[in-house]
Amino acid sequence: MTVSALTPVPRARVSLRQRLQNALPKLVLAPSFLLILVFVYGFISWTFLLSLTSSKAFTNFHFIGWGNYLKLWTWTFERDPPSNWYTAIVNMGLFGGIYVVFCLSIGLGLAILLDQKIRGEGVLRPIYLYPLALSFIVTGTAWKLFLNPRIGLEKAMHDLGWTSFHFDWVVNPRMMIYCVAIAAIWASAGFIMALFLAGLRGIDGEILKAAQIDGASSFQTYRRIVIPMLRPVFLSAMIILINLALKSYDLVLSVTGNNPGGAAELPSTFMYSYTFTRDQMAVGSASAIIMMMTIAAVMIPYLYSELREKSR
Amino acid sequence: MSAVTPAAIMRAHPTRRSAWRSRIVIYGLLIFFAVLYLMPLVVMVMTSLKPMSEITGGNMFELPHHLTFAPWIKAWGTTCVGLTCAGIKGYFWNSIKMVVPAVFISTMLGSLNGYVLTKWRFAGHRLVFGLMLFACFIPYQSVLIPMAVILGKLGSIGMNMQDLTGYSLGFGNPTVNLVLVHVVYGLGFTTLFFRNYYEAFPTELIKAAQIDGAGFFQIFRRIMLPSSAPIFIVTVIYQFTNIWNDFLFGSTFAAGDNAPMTVALNNVVNTSTGVIEYNVNMAAAIIAAAPTLIVYVVAGRYFVRGLMAGAVKG
Repeated sequence: MTVSALTPVPRARVSLRQRLQNALPKLVLAPSFLLILVFVYGFISWTFLLSLTSSKAFTNFHFIGWGNYLKLWTWTFERDPPSNWYTAIVNMGLFGGIYVVFCLSIGLGLAILLDQKIRGEGVLRPIYLYPLALSFIVTGTAWKLFLNPRIGLEKAMHDLGWTSFHFDWVVNPRMMIYCVAIAAIWASAGFIMALFLAGLRGIDGEILKAAQIDGASSFQTYRRIVIPMLRPVFLSAMIILINLALKSYDLVLSVTGNNPGGAAELPSTFMYSYTFTRDQMAVGSASAIIMMMTIAAVMIPYLYSELREKSR
Repeated sequence: MSAVTPAAIMRAHPTRRSAWRSRIVIYGLLIFFAVLYLMPLVVMVMTSLKPMSEITGGNMFELPHHLTFAPWIKAWGTTCVGLTCAGIKGYFWNSIKMVVPAVFISTMLGSLNGYVLTKWRFAGHRLVFGLMLFACFIPYQSVLIPMAVILGKLGSIGMNMQDLTGYSLGFGNPTVNLVLVHVVYGLGFTTLFFRNYYEAFPTELIKAAQIDGAGFFQIFRRIMLPSSAPIFIVTVIYQFTNIWNDFLFGSTFAAGDNAPMTVALNNVVNTSTGVIEYNVNMAAAIIAAAPTLIVYVVAGRYFVRGLMAGAVKG
């Protein structure tokens, strides 16, 4: 390329063109940014306002203060008979805890195993990752069949001669949420594996060589050196998992068959049913805002530190 | 990598025999998990190829004795979704009609945004990006009600226009609505992907082109686009998978015959009337999974890159 456009041009034209040229990037970005301002931040504020009203089947702007949040707060402790919100909170804790712990341990385990100079890694890795391409509705449909006691796992075990085998969780309202957790772990553990594997591959070999020379066993090397060095990966994996767990919705419906009787209620399904089928839109909005705040509390510090690190 | 990895240490250690034993354990565990991962899909495929008698009478791990494609034909053409019994084919096309424009628009906007946010920085660019980034992570429940209200408004505008002019111009059309929704809530991701990709692109080239008199769009078209193929593939795959697999927006904003594939599948599987036809259900599920699964098989590398990028690890 030759620098040829530096010949002087009449002054007024330059400034006009220049001004357009200067504004152009912002003009290009503006529509997207505006859409996000309105559809994300505007809508969240709108939902927040609705949560302070007495909206039922339709939205209204008759403000009643914090009543809906107080209602949810009382429901949080109403366990006999359990309120839907109580069930949602308890299930969220159970489901979230199991999901995060199992995904992290299976993901880390698989990553360490795959990192042992395995023949056929190229075949195995995609197998652990393919569930990520499936929609949760498909995943849920598959697991619902697989765990179905009449035609699925229990039946198959009986046919194989293990007649005392009993596994009816997927049709047992009290155990359904665990089946959702099983399907969810199956769906995301591969992703966590990929994160850890990338972390493992990024570790400096010199450090490990030093450990080897010092006579550390492979178990010790992993426990004392490798796993501590993966701490940032643990952090991102955990945040991603918590974020996914808080938003789980599709899987609950598909594994349980549209959540009969609210047995596998989570805040997400609570929000949906209170808003769109029970005509308590204001309560639904309040629960949506609580979800929002929970996720913000997890994500904002994380994103902030990520962005700051990168710009350094 | 030529450096010493944890693996090498594991191997270099003690005696031959114990090394052998640990190899067997490692491969055993990996294969066990691989089987565990493949099982649901295999069972699904086998179930979809069996007549009902074999499903209720037999074992789900057995291969079909009488191979039948009837469940597939029924799922595609005649099974009941809600009250209409015309199979899932219409919903499959609904999804295609929604996915193609939504992916195209959100990806194009994302690439322009990424270009501006890295090469045409302005005061406050970081705040703008931060706000767009956080939009990726909101729970969609928190925007569902206002969205429903706005789409309802658009619907009545469309009706009025229909009455006045004979054309609704897309106002109130469920597919258009879903495209809008997916573009808006996909923008954060596409912008993030392109921003992180263009960040590493040498700014000197842009400066040089500017000196040569190239304008904003010229630089984008001549310099950025030709080297953006990988990130376009990653973004398109990511958006395609996400939008195809969406259920929440589809079930909220497109009811009945206008529903996308995932919503129709849930209706097929979870209808409470009549005998449950597991084979038809499974065939429908595989059809719903096929497009994203094929993309995964064909372009798995890009798929995984998209996932990692979506995890905010630049």
